[in-house]
Amino acid sequence: MKRIVWLALLIWGLALIGPAAGRSAGPPPVGGKLPDLTLGIPKEGAEKAYLGLSGSGAFKIPQIRTKTVIVEIFSMYCPYCQKEAPNVNRVYEKIEADPVLRGKIKLIGIAVGNSAFEAGVFKKKYDIPFPLFPDGDFALHKLLGEVRTPYFIGVTIHPDGSHRVIYSRLGAFESVEKFLDEIVKASDLAQEMRK
Amino acid sequence: MKRRFMIVSVLVGAALLVMPAVHSFALSDAYKDNIYDTGSLKPTDSVLRVKAGENAPDFTLPAVSGERVSLGQFRGKKNVVISFVPAAWTPICSDQWPGYNIVKEMFDANDAILLGIAVDNLPTLFSWTNQMGRLWFPVLSDFWPHGAVANQFGVLRSDGTAERALFVIDKKGTIRYIDVHNINRRPSLEVLMGELEKLRD
Repeated sequence: MKRIVWLALLIWGLALIGPAAGRSAGPPPVGGKLPDLTLGIPKEGAEKAYLGLSGSGAFKIPQIRTKTVIVEIFSMYCPYCQKEAPNVNRVYEKIEADPVLRGKIKLIGIAVGNSAFEAGVFKKKYDIPFPLFPDGDFALHKLLGEVRTPYFIGVTIHPDGSHRVIYSRLGAFESVEKFLDEIVKASDLAQEMRK
Repeated sequence: MKRRFMIVSVLVGAALLVMPAVHSFALSDAYKDNIYDTGSLKPTDSVLRVKAGENAPDFTLPAVSGERVSLGQFRGKKNVVISFVPAAWTPICSDQWPGYNIVKEMFDANDAILLGIAVDNLPTLFSWTNQMGRLWFPVLSDFWPHGAVANQFGVLRSDGTAERALFVIDKKGTIRYIDVHNINRRPSLEVLMGELEKLRD
């Protein structure tokens, strides 16, 4: 009998370790930190300028020159992401049109399971004005807890370069205005605007 | 004794709950939890009956839209891409066609039509493809006689599903490209588009 208990404990232990070894525990929680994501600095000048980056090589999301970053995790092959694309564009347009928010909130997309060609197809099809980063081998997706798509993560970047996840949710947003409002309220921007 | 059994059951139950169940394909929230995880399958499980350079065998199949579609009706008019997928409601297939659905312009630019074929029956294909949004290409059911067209091309697997296979057929009806892909992987869009562009010469 004791053996069965030990066997069960062993199975349980392995099941706990298994996912931890190959995958992360889950999506980044609100209040927590982003996993260690490394992205390639875009080649295109306009995208580089938008993110406030220079040179070539790799960068990490908190290095983006802004106060808050919205990360969309999507796939060219995901019907809901296709449907949501115009709404995400509207979030970008609203930010850019708002003198208070412009420059303080930046958007990027991570195209999970998509090659650069496929991410490019999505960008062209929906006329996406913000940078998209292909994650062809699902490496970033694994670090992000293998979330379903579309998934949105908001990150606020503090002046000392540290950061905090302020939004982490699956699925299309109810309304563009409500989503942006939530991001602003949860970020450091809200405090700044009150000053 | 009974108590111990209960403890073991709870522990095993808990272990099963924390086991990873997420598959990296078909992650779209459109499908919620309705995708059946097939696990990893034997990459290919059939023997091709056609070759590049040969004439493609003609067929007529019912489409989800209600019409009947023949390969022959495109002869002299359009290049044809046939996309066989293994089965409805499985991980990668649920991704592949929605991807093709946003690149109609690329097919148009190469004077090509896409025919999606699965061995499921029409009601199943209707429900499944409804989750993908409105598809611009015909989805054909090769259900009865079961997998007859897949079998004609030599892409019917031993368990009655089809391979994840692409056939590019030119306007003369000649097969120009065949990719019987690893069933566990999604074929690259770039490669397929490259093959279509070759038909322009």
